[in-house]
Amino acid sequence: MTVMDERGAYRPAPPPAWRPATDPGPLLPDDEPYRVLGTPAQEEAEEKLLLRLYAELVRGRRFNTQATALTRQGRLAVYPSSTGQEACEVAAALVLREQDWLFPTYRDTLALVARGVDPVEALTLLRGDRHTGYDSRAHRVAPLCTPLATHLPHAVGLAHAARLKGDDVVALALVGDGGTSEGDFHEALNFAAVWRAPVVFLVQNNGFAISVPLAKQTAAPSLAHKAVGYGIPGRLVDGNDAVAVHEVLSQAVRRASEGGGPTVVEAVTYRLDAHTNADDATRYRKDEEIEAWRGHDPVALMERALTARGLLDEAGVEAERDRAERFAAGLRERMNTDPELRPLDLFGHVYADRTTQLMEQAAMLGAELEAETEPSAGSETGPSAGSETGPSAGSERGPSAGVQTEPAVGAGPTGRGGSGGQDSSVRTVSGASGRGGGETR
Amino acid sequence: MTTVTAGPASAAGAKPATMAQALGRAMRDAMAEDPAVHVMGEDVGTLGGVFRVTDGLAAEFGDDRCTDTPLAEAGILGAAVGMAMYGLRPVVEMQFDAFAYPAFEQLISHVAKMRNRTGGALPLPLTIRVPYGGGIGGVEHHSDSSEIYYMATPGLHVVTPATVPDAYGLLRAAIASDDPVVFLEPKRLYWSKAPWSPQDPEAVPPVGRAVVRRPGRSATLITYGPSVPVCLEAAEAARAEGWDLEVVDLRSLVPFDDETVCASVRRTGRAVVVHESGGFAGPGGEIVARVTERCFHHLEAPVLRVSGFDIPYPPPMLERSHLPGVDRVLDAVARLQWEAAN
Ligand SMILES: Cc1ncc(C[n+]2csc(CCOP(=O)(O)OP(=O)(O)O)c2C)c(N)n1
Repeated sequence: MTVMDERGAYRPAPPPAWRPATDPGPLLPDDEPYRVLGTPAQEEAEEKLLLRLYAELVRGRRFNTQATALTRQGRLAVYPSSTGQEACEVAAALVLREQDWLFPTYRDTLALVARGVDPVEALTLLRGDRHTGYDSRAHRVAPLCTPLATHLPHAVGLAHAARLKGDDVVALALVGDGGTSEGDFHEALNFAAVWRAPVVFLVQNNGFAISVPLAKQTAAPSLAHKAVGYGIPGRLVDGNDAVAVHEVLSQAVRRASEGGGPTVVEAVTYRLDAHTNADDATRYRKDEEIEAWRGHDPVALMERALTARGLLDEAGVEAERDRAERFAAGLRERMNTDPELRPLDLFGHVYADRTTQLMEQAAMLGAELEAETEPSAGSETGPSAGSETGPSAGSERGPSAGVQTEPAVGAGPTGRGGSGGQDSSVRTVSGASGRGGGETR
Repeated sequence: MTTVTAGPASAAGAKPATMAQALGRAMRDAMAEDPAVHVMGEDVGTLGGVFRVTDGLAAEFGDDRCTDTPLAEAGILGAAVGMAMYGLRPVVEMQFDAFAYPAFEQLISHVAKMRNRTGGALPLPLTIRVPYGGGIGGVEHHSDSSEIYYMATPGLHVVTPATVPDAYGLLRAAIASDDPVVFLEPKRLYWSKAPWSPQDPEAVPPVGRAVVRRPGRSATLITYGPSVPVCLEAAEAARAEGWDLEVVDLRSLVPFDDETVCASVRRTGRAVVVHESGGFAGPGGEIVARVTERCFHHLEAPVLRVSGFDIPYPPPMLERSHLPGVDRVLDAVARLQWEAAN
């Protein structure tokens, strides 16, 4: 007996029993990325799906080269190519049902095109005349997201809302390897798991975040492993194997749709081009590495599989390439038409109803534009901005009160010797006017 | 356009209610009317919020309509964005002013811009409730006045009530708005009381309209939120000095009601802007500029500012020295006798 016992000191009870809330085993990804092409399973794949995926891959590759070429002609401000990653893009688009939503990043225009968005509309953001060229609601495709991973919580919220309403809608969100380090990635995974939201996260691990390789991005065993900590299953798939990506994503979409909750899929792939046309990839990676991945090209993988099964011959390859070529020519021609710009649209869709402050500013710009069309009207004395009835930019309902009578300061006469002859509110731009490339940020 | 409200609610049988109760009632009524309205945030469910503003909502409408979320502000606001994209009308609570900062990326890059960047396809009808300001003895990170960050972001409405009827009316309007509204709740007025009846809530002017809380002829005090009662008290005190002060409660910082503000300043010829947040690059700077641009020839003196100091919010035992009180307002009013001083 110790002194403490004698005094009847407090003796702690053993802690209440602890065990993990759930068994982590089933959540863990396999050791190897899942593959179909080049394995015996390739023989089982559905013929129609193979041919569809192949057609989209060939067209997708051509889309990437065409869009990159358009940057050199100044028709696109910038293009982040997905060459090498087409299998992920195409599979992501094709697994979705009509009612499902896609949440893409700046690199995923190809997924939009595969989902049926007009390619010119898909490229509008990168051309620089509008933020979102397509109707997000009609296509059920969120805007291409530039800040990394910030769209992931949106996908969770939308999927959650759909489930609350009793709708069978799955959201598929795309993100890169670098994006998985952002806080929003983690918050989205956690919310999705807690809410059992019908959402699928597809991580396209293409090896680099601009110049930073995966090893400097994370110390996790794999990006799919990150899911486990949130109570979400993580799946690894060969991101260059379109059939495998399609299969794994289909399972994940089905699981979400049936109430099974979210899945994180890591597609292991490689970015064959630089980060964007403005990036110099030779500064951070070696040719040997690129060549090794060229040997695992998603288009060639599929071609080999189709040929092995007797579904494709040289003529078939030619035919598909011709189709892609015609698609590219059509795209080129449409992209070479100057887009119409409407400066007064600047004030559109800021708020449902235009504020007085915005009406004043719209009036000022309207007066400037009018002054430009009247080159001879005493050049230096522009109209007194703000005193006219506001131009009706956009489709907003503005308060009917009209524009305040006081001139907005800074809205003084600006008659800059007219650029002559152009309609006041509609302008076209020539994309070839020496636009420097830029990095997407 | 000027609306002068008669002090207490006219509704017969109105009992005293706190601002917190009126805010809670606004959410309750909005949820009862529209199944799309969802309240979400940290501790808003079982606990009813740390200020009890959402008390009873989870019990009445269930966890799916009043949801305790994981503790992650970007996640909360980001998820609300997605929910609004799908047609719900989320009402998000940020527990304290300074804890909204992790959500600023969502707020600025997405909430404020979604309507614009999608050409109107995806408007976001969501309300972000942020308790703000000091005066409750909170330790650091519990008393910030962050309104200038919100005001500086196009695409957001920014409103803040100062009275019990306004708390109800403005919050109902915010929830009904098809645009995102940052709803700043002056937390030291949560327990302020006024006769008010939820059965017969007083009609309040719409968002975007300032209100003359007290008519006067000698000078205008332009203020909002927690500083409104301070200015009303100062106006009473100033009577002894022969000053008849008009008090304009902005109610809405975005959009800004130039009309009511300038009509008042043109009548009085003198003005002081009063707010808690810092003066340098603060809301007062914008207000003074607008008034000067529009009323220059009516002004008898420069438009002055009375604000919090340009310091990180001080520890609670020192906040009385920081917050603009009646004396500082009166000192500024005295300085409005510009001609005499020069
Ligand atoms: C929040 C944020 N920080 C920085 C950037 C700048 N940026 C654009 S792309 C990129 C790398 C992203 O890498 P990853 O997520 O792997 O996607 P990838 O471009 O390889 O498809 C960076 C740092 C950004 N867009 N958003």
